[in-house]
Amino acid sequence: MSGVVVSGVGMHPFGRFEGVSTTDLGVSAVRAALAEAGVGRGGFQAAFCATAYGGVATGHKVLSRLGMTGMPIVDVEAGCASGGAALMLAAGAIRAGQYDTVLVFGTEKMPRGIIRSSFFETWQEEAGLAATPAFFGLRAQRLSMTSGVTKQHLAQVVVKNRRQGATNTDAMFQKEVSVEEVLASRVVCEPLHLFMLCSPNEGAAAVVLTSADGRVKSPSAPVTLAAAVLRSHLPGAVLSESTPLSGLTDDTVPSPTTLAARAAFEEAGLGPADLHVVECQDTDAARELLSYEEIGLCGRGAAADLLDSGATNLGGRLPVNPSGGLLSKGEPLGASALGQVVELARQLRGECGSRQVGGAKTALAHTVGRGANASVVILTR
Amino acid sequence: MVHPGLFTDGDPPALLGSRCAACGASHFPRHDTCPYCAVPEPEATELSGAGTLWAWTAVTAPPPGYEGETPYGMGVVELPEGIRLITRLTVSDPAALAPGQAMELRVVPLHTDGAGNEVVTFAFAPAGAP
Repeated sequence: MSGVVVSGVGMHPFGRFEGVSTTDLGVSAVRAALAEAGVGRGGFQAAFCATAYGGVATGHKVLSRLGMTGMPIVDVEAGCASGGAALMLAAGAIRAGQYDTVLVFGTEKMPRGIIRSSFFETWQEEAGLAATPAFFGLRAQRLSMTSGVTKQHLAQVVVKNRRQGATNTDAMFQKEVSVEEVLASRVVCEPLHLFMLCSPNEGAAAVVLTSADGRVKSPSAPVTLAAAVLRSHLPGAVLSESTPLSGLTDDTVPSPTTLAARAAFEEAGLGPADLHVVECQDTDAARELLSYEEIGLCGRGAAADLLDSGATNLGGRLPVNPSGGLLSKGEPLGASALGQVVELARQLRGECGSRQVGGAKTALAHTVGRGANASVVILTR
Repeated sequence: MVHPGLFTDGDPPALLGSRCAACGASHFPRHDTCPYCAVPEPEATELSGAGTLWAWTAVTAPPPGYEGETPYGMGVVELPEGIRLITRLTVSDPAALAPGQAMELRVVPLHTDGAGNEVVTFAFAPAGAP
């Protein structure tokens, strides 16, 4: 998707903020992104707002507060991939020549505790079958049965991401943890302990996209949006994020992440070997390892080996989740995918200080969640 | 019964699924269109009450909307129809279960509702367990 550049990014830290509204969070991130892009009132022709729990006209409320309305403002919901969906819509419209500059933002305040969503039927909740962490636990167990991932590996993912997030001032948890501490936290759903699960929380992120043709000349090379893809699930996988009640014994059905990654690599004209840095969905520690396989960072069954090799550490061949991932940042659904894009745009611009991935020119952001929706975004510079 | 149309409460009980005549795939619960090939009106069937354990865990804290006891078992059971089912398990200690273990369908109490009625649901138990 040449022709679309990231001209500004902004973020409100992810965490818990008493007395700060969903609108307040969005205003903060949008202001920062517009300022960085040098865009003011009238400077963008459309806005897409990603949110799952924000309620009616969340995007409107944010832009009303900023005195910037009149253009189409569309709220977008695609579960954990909401931000990726908003980015895809904005980029497609720019590429089609419909708009020159589009504001994309996500803002969210998640309820506390296990995520409750209207996705499940009432009877499923009553029967105890709407236990989201149990699905994560079942998936983690299957991953361990099929690819040699141990509890130790799951703990190592947490240790890696918390170490990388320790210096990220936008993260909820800025403190390292040890393998022992992870394994000493209580078991939520075997084999997952509490520290292996991300915290639903609050936050906002914003990105300004501009047509490369209409871009104001800047002295430095811009970050290009090379691909922004959203895919939904194909039926068949019983542990898919679509959480069906039944699936097939056929293990060859491609996951929505695989579908999105394949399409994004094709759109960008790149492959997994071209990547320098990745932000991927680490809702739970096993999800990160499964994402390695589904995106194609390693072969089937090789995720534990890739982790053990140190390749996905900061300083490794292909650092994954240098921001600390959702395990450090927490997950505000509508903002999480755009938070990844903010991190990666900064990585490609070399602005990440102690967590900078040296020489990063090509980056991939991945989310997957309820729906099942998966997004894959590729940035280049 | 936690929801009508999911299972029969006889001896033995049965899960109510359907099978698509066009693609041959079975599914649960019943739909009016095959989720795999979009052909309408799959044939209503009763699924096998015997299967094998494919994945399992235990839920240690009550999820939203759940009023029954914790911990409770949750897992995936593979049926001879070539499908895998998400189900409660009667065993809540993950260490007491093994992959491929023979399992059978039960109807088990969930909780008592506001009117004093016992609400039941389907679950799988190790085959032959009391």
